[in-house]
Order: sequence, then structure tokens, then C-alpha cells
Amino acid sequence: MARIIGTLSTSHIPAIGNAIARGQQNEPYWKPFFDSWPPVREWLAREKPDVVVFFYNDHGLNFFLDKMPTFAVGAAAEYVSEDEGWGIPTIPSVKGEPKLSWQIINGIVEDGFDPVMCQEMAVDHAITNPLLLMFPDAKWPVSIVPVAINSIQHPLPGPKRCFDLGRAVGKAIEAWPEDKKVLLIGSGGLSHQLDGSRAGFINKAFDTECLEAMVTGVEPLTKYSALDVVEKAGAQGVELMCWIAARAAMQGEVKELHRTYHIPISNTASAVQLLSHTRAAETAKAA
Amino acid sequence: MAQTRTIEGTTIFEGGQAMKGYQLNKMCFSFNDPENRKAFLADQAAYMDKYKLTAEQRAALASGSVLKMIEAGGNAYYLAKLAGMLGLGVQDIGAQQTGMSVEAFKQKLLDQARQ
Repeated sequence: MARIIGTLSTSHIPAIGNAIARGQQNEPYWKPFFDSWPPVREWLAREKPDVVVFFYNDHGLNFFLDKMPTFAVGAAAEYVSEDEGWGIPTIPSVKGEPKLSWQIINGIVEDGFDPVMCQEMAVDHAITNPLLLMFPDAKWPVSIVPVAINSIQHPLPGPKRCFDLGRAVGKAIEAWPEDKKVLLIGSGGLSHQLDGSRAGFINKAFDTECLEAMVTGVEPLTKYSALDVVEKAGAQGVELMCWIAARAAMQGEVKELHRTYHIPISNTASAVQLLSHTRAAETAKAA
Repeated sequence: MAQTRTIEGTTIFEGGQAMKGYQLNKMCFSFNDPENRKAFLADQAAYMDKYKLTAEQRAALASGSVLKMIEAGGNAYYLAKLAGMLGLGVQDIGAQQTGMSVEAFKQKLLDQARQ
């Protein structure tokens, strides 16, 4: 059976991709963020995930307002990184895991979700930046399944709905009969706002509350509405939904292995958090 | 479609804004393609005609004011493509919208680490 080995959540700020392309990792501005990655990479090299399921938000690359899905699941054999319009370099294509895609789609529809199913999907910096941070040589040792959460067009799905989505995705992954190790990614955040006269808004107290909840369980965050999250985390801080969904997919024992929180990268409070997961049945067996 | 909640300094991109800004955002979405970026830069008026921008949207673009573009229905994620093409970074845009210098805006970001 497939196993969820953990959740790696990370900011995906576009400037990260440009900093990588320019080799700025050791410059004082960037060092605090990039220094969080070597221990994560050591863990990845040890644990060797086979598949990465990305909870992420599209930034106007694959989806437009003509047809804007609340949730969409990629079911492609390959995902292509495409031009986003403002200069971030593209990366080599990454393999999909269609069998797991359909396992997830079938499972979450059974559980009451209505995802858009995508056999072609261009992927943006929300996927390419975390991949490059995990595997700087751009030789991907993993396949991926993207699960997109609308963060553009209100009404947005709120924390409760995204929590339930994560639960359903986690259940579907753990019912997948393949002997594969699955890593989850919550891509985005934390607090930031790019638009309006409140641009530059950051909320360290709320981010800290969320990072703590990622360790102990994100249920308490479901008391907030999507608009509460806009107010507390900023207009683009709603990417927090991706973190909530990823964490909610893990129902066994969770340990925090790594956390970096640094203000600012670009206009954003950046964060990297690695949680390991042992599923409930295995914890019971070991006891 | 009515927005029922006000969040300071923030425009909620709900149905009304999405309808109002459709042409502008559609034009910005087209900038994912380098050929379209070239065509826009070569003849902005013709390109805006092609996407049927409203008078308010044209005036907002002509003014260079991001706040006006948002008021005209522009969405941050799509406007980012326009800003990138014009060589504006997110700190430039943040400074412009908050009425600060870029240096003061960067300092404001740094200061929030000490909340």
C-alpha cells in the first residue's frame, strides 16, 4: 500500500526562481531562506519519495477566468513548465503519476468533491520553485500529481473545505495499492499582499499560529472563513489553504523535523516546514 | 455579487470585479505568450482594441496607477504579467500603491519582522 511519508510546505515566491537562476543563494538577502534547504534535501535523499502530491494555486498560467475551477486535479503523463510572462526561467518537464491521479479523483468524488480533471496542465512557479529547491540539479527523481486550489476568483474555498479536501486526498492515497512513498507539498504563503493600499501587509502572529497548527493539527484553523484568511494573512496569503489541505491529509503521527520563518522575501513572510508522518495503523503496530 | 464585507486597503476579487475586469485580465493573460507581449509593446492601442478594453481600463493603463487598474477590475495575478513586462517589480508596485518610496516600502517589509 502507498504511504504518506510527510508534508513539506514552502513559500514559492517568484523571486526565488530568479535568485536560483542568478546563483544568489549565498547573498545576505537570500541566505536565511536557502539555508533551510540542505537539511530538507538530506531527508529527501534518505526517505526517497516516489511521488509528490502538490497542493498549490495556479497564478494565471493554466487557468483563466473563462473557466475557473475551485479544485482541479492533474491526470497528465507529463507536466510542462511554461512562460509566465514576467521572466522566470522554465524548468524541464516533470513526469506525472496518472494512476495515482485517478485514484485521487475517484476517491474525492466518492467523498463529495467535484474536481476538474486535467489531462494537460501547464505548471507555474508554485510547482517549479519547490521542485528546484528540493532537487537543484533539475533531474527529477519523483513523479507528481498537482491538486490546484483556486486562490484568484472569490468566493474561494475556505479552510474547512480545504481541510476536508485534504482529508479525502489523504484517504485516497493511503488506499492506493501500489507500494509507493508519497510526499505532500503545501505550496505558497505565508502572509503577504501584493495589491491595494494594504500592499506589503505581513502578519507574523497569525503565521506563527498557523505554523504551530501545522504541527499539532490544523482543525482549529477551520474556524476561519476564506475572508478571515484574507484579513489575517493578506490577499495572497490565502495560499495558506494549500498548507491546510496538505496537513489535513495526514492523520497518523506527525513530527516537525524542520522550520524556517523569515521576513521578508520579496513582499512575503517566507516559510519552510518539514513534517514527517507515520500512519495510524503503523504507529499502533509499533506500540 | 454584492460584497458584504470590507477589508481595509483590499479589493475582494468577487463576481462583480471579475465581470468588470474581464477584458483587462484576458489581455494580461495573453501575455504568457512572448509573441503577444511583442505585439502589445509594438502597438498598445491596437492591442487594447483587440481585447476590447473599456474606457476606464484604458485610462487606468494610461495613468500607470495600479490602484486604478484594480478599480477597473484588474486582478493581481494577471496584472503581474503586465507589470513584469513593463519592468516593475513587486516592491515598485507596493511602493506606488502605498504612496511610499521604494526604499521606505522595503523598510516597512523589514520592520514587520520585529512585530
